[in-house]
Amino acid sequence: MKFFAATLTPIVLAVASPALAQTSDHAAHQQTPPTTAQPAQTADPHAGHATPGASEPQTVQPDPHAGHNMPGMTMPPATQVDPHAHHDMQSMPQPTASDPHAGHDMSTMPEMAWPQTPPGDAGHDMAGMTMMPNMETSADNAGRPPEPPPPAAANAGPAHAADLYFDSEQMAAARAQLLAENGDIRTSVVILDRLEATFGEGADAYVWDAQGWYGGDIHRFWWKSEGEGAFNGETETAEIEALYSRAFTPYFDFQAGVRQRYTPEADRTDLVVGVQGLAPYWFEVDVAAFLSNEGELSARAEAEYDLRLTQRLILQPRAEINLSAEDVPELAIGSGLTSAELGVRLRYEIRREFAPYVGVEWTSSFGDTRDFIKARGEDPEDARLVLGIRAWF
Amino acid sequence: MRKALDRRSLLKAAGAGAGWLAFESMLPAWAQTGSPGIAPAMTTLAGPDVALSIGHSPFTVGGRTGHAVTINGTLPAPLLRLREGQNVRLAVTNTLDADTSIHWHGILLPFQMDGVPGISFPGIRPRETFVYEFPIIQAGTFWYHSHSGLQEALGHYGPIIIDPASPDPVDYDREHVLVLSDWSFMHPHQILARLKQSPGYFNYQRTTVAGLVSGEDRMSAADRRMWAEMRMDPRDVLDVSGSTYTYLINGHGPDENWTGLFRPGERVRLRIINASAMSIFNVRIPGLAMTVVQADGENVRPVEVDEFQISVAETYDVIVTPTEDRAYTIVSEAIDRSGMGRATLAPRLGMSGEIPPLREVPNLTMRDMGMDMGGMGAMNHDMSGAMAGMDHSGMDMSGMQMGGMQMGAAGHSASGHSAMNMRDPENAPPDMAVGVGVQTISPMPQNRMGERPLGLENVDHRVLVYTDLVALAPNRDRRAPSRTMEIHLTGNMERFMWGFDGRRFSELVEPIRFERNERVRVTLVNDTMMSHPIHLHGHFFELVNGHHGHQPLKHTVNVAPGGKVTFDLTADNPGDWAFHCHLLLHMHAGMFNVVTIRPLDGDVS
Repeated sequence: MKFFAATLTPIVLAVASPALAQTSDHAAHQQTPPTTAQPAQTADPHAGHATPGASEPQTVQPDPHAGHNMPGMTMPPATQVDPHAHHDMQSMPQPTASDPHAGHDMSTMPEMAWPQTPPGDAGHDMAGMTMMPNMETSADNAGRPPEPPPPAAANAGPAHAADLYFDSEQMAAARAQLLAENGDIRTSVVILDRLEATFGEGADAYVWDAQGWYGGDIHRFWWKSEGEGAFNGETETAEIEALYSRAFTPYFDFQAGVRQRYTPEADRTDLVVGVQGLAPYWFEVDVAAFLSNEGELSARAEAEYDLRLTQRLILQPRAEINLSAEDVPELAIGSGLTSAELGVRLRYEIRREFAPYVGVEWTSSFGDTRDFIKARGEDPEDARLVLGIRAWF
Repeated sequence: MRKALDRRSLLKAAGAGAGWLAFESMLPAWAQTGSPGIAPAMTTLAGPDVALSIGHSPFTVGGRTGHAVTINGTLPAPLLRLREGQNVRLAVTNTLDADTSIHWHGILLPFQMDGVPGISFPGIRPRETFVYEFPIIQAGTFWYHSHSGLQEALGHYGPIIIDPASPDPVDYDREHVLVLSDWSFMHPHQILARLKQSPGYFNYQRTTVAGLVSGEDRMSAADRRMWAEMRMDPRDVLDVSGSTYTYLINGHGPDENWTGLFRPGERVRLRIINASAMSIFNVRIPGLAMTVVQADGENVRPVEVDEFQISVAETYDVIVTPTEDRAYTIVSEAIDRSGMGRATLAPRLGMSGEIPPLREVPNLTMRDMGMDMGGMGAMNHDMSGAMAGMDHSGMDMSGMQMGGMQMGAAGHSASGHSAMNMRDPENAPPDMAVGVGVQTISPMPQNRMGERPLGLENVDHRVLVYTDLVALAPNRDRRAPSRTMEIHLTGNMERFMWGFDGRRFSELVEPIRFERNERVRVTLVNDTMMSHPIHLHGHFFELVNGHHGHQPLKHTVNVAPGGKVTFDLTADNPGDWAFHCHLLLHMHAGMFNVVTIRPLDGDVS
């Protein structure tokens, strides 16, 4: 076991250090001048172009940029000799009138501006430039005027054309089916994130950490369960949560519900409020606060990260901290930071759904919690080898 | 002992042979290997009356047998060979226990014959027969497939050829149909569930530490960090990969080597249809130049290329002229390079050409995220393929927009990106729903129709780009568009949510409304890092690709990652029509809407 700890520790450190480097680099990025964020507003595809013979279509909004000059625009460095520069656009064969933008827009050819592109290759593709118009979109237009509505006649006639030919009840049923089949997908999953045996000082033990959900993209029923015990049956703690989960950002879900805890000393029922999701740099995080039926407030934060060594061999560092607002001597919990777990697991995905792993996990208690545990004659700090499987279906 | 073994192996061989025969008998004549090509005489389903029966069949590929949903018992379905100007009656009988339907992809017809349950008709119930009847008013290469559930992914698709009423402008001696598709022994509902549970499930080509150390990933640590910060996978090219798919050509896997015959010197017309559920292909025939003569069933000015990308539901007709007495390999390589379909053109049966290895998986760039970064994307984009036939004369570049130039100058590589907001609602239309289903909004979507498609930027041969397509016939409607419309293609890859303007169809979205005969310029903006083949039923739109007056007509257009595509639509076919991404699971996840065109016949406007 010591051998495993000794070999895995450097890996843990190696994993941790890039994360630190990432953070500092990220900070450096933020210092780039903000002006780079809005080039579309300064650059105007139509500016400076003569458009003889081109008539605008009846778009509702006239081109607000026409005729503006373009301060701040620079041409490619002179090192790139451009045989076509400074030609007169008026001599260019004009496409037919209905296309207002044809021939004027070179924004699709950004390579032209890139000094390192070899002359005679990128940047001289004028087929696109000569003719392909670059239609402005909302990204080019900070004001975002609303689009013109369809003409009134577009709303004429029946709401559902097929009702004229087929039984309207059958059509209504088919429409309901169509809605369900194009977006309203219900799925479920059961994830055994950790199902492991642990070995260290004291009795060999087992741990489970599982969760799952059922529902659509936004609203889900989410359950979680974790627990541990000794194989000799000495101690066992377990908890299960039942949560309503609602996606509120592309990456994060808000969760609320109840938790039931079982410990040898006492059981608790908690209200749970939490957030779970994917943080930048692909960290899986899960943070929750709990209010027990005894009025005790506590919190837990977990984070995991999958470092793909190969397509199937994955090193997963994992951290968890627990906090309590008050002393709960009955449960050997002190106020403040109560405990922390730091682990690293190396798994091999035989299939995506099934991966055995080996790892180490270090657990420590802090503050009053540490004292409570010491008073019980237990070790407040523990490092253990873990063997387990990660599976989901 | 030895004898027993021998007998067993003999039995096994016999079984394999019987399986092979059974397999070949499951294919329509044109799709059987060793096909001499299709001649109008040999096709049975030629109309005006065609009977089609939809049912369950076993399907065998690579020595394994699975369950397929087929038409008349074959995969692909029978070739429908029709003639412009005829009336056709197609009686479709459903022997499944679930509803089914057939949509005639690319065929101009009255909306109630279009075959989309819930829009054009109620669908075909079990043990019912529905008769589609419509006049054929066009010619070209098209296809047909289910629009119910995920049946299309199970084999419910087949080709349509419509011969022109007037002499064909395309001259050829022989023709073959190549139906490209993807097959998995995993049920499509299971595939979808896996993508919802774990979006990277099928991707075994992600960046790794090993790939960083060895340099095989071709990506710096700084770039990886940038992608990781954004929670984006630069290898997320296709959602479903060769890790589960076998790529088929005419129902044959790569090892079964479908073979089409030719005589050296003949002009051979290949009618290539991408009937895949989820796979976009790069198609090439090493050693043979291909002259593209038709796209989506519409004739184009011939353009010679060595490779082209065919998105889902697109069709391309090419002419090849093999002069040597040897076998040529037809390669349909999935754009994520996770696998390939393979077939052979040969003067005789039993020949096979050299099979090129899979090429390197492409890395996405910032350009694929709708940024115009000199340092990241543009450097990797070689425009030389798009240079043929360009008009360099008379250009004044002094007033040109240098999109992204300042950025390029400011930030090479990964630095400088963080200042850009990758999800700024200001870059979307005011009515777009910027919610959970919108992971990113392209801050600088580029018109990429003149660029080589993903993964082909640097190949050293000619590659088709959308700006190469020029309609052979002049466009009929020369009016200027009376209004413009912007539609964003949105998604959240982490949750496998897809939609238009931030909404899944199931959220009761407002239909897209056009007045009959209205001419509208529509710009599709891809706010995602994936390609989306967008299909409008019942119409052809004109790609605004610069060839004014000869804008190519298409029923399906691939919108490149982070890119934008503009088309002009004359809404001349009244009724209700489906409009969707043709990646089947993207559609199923919500990237779908209804287009209504009013007034209908007989309505008073």
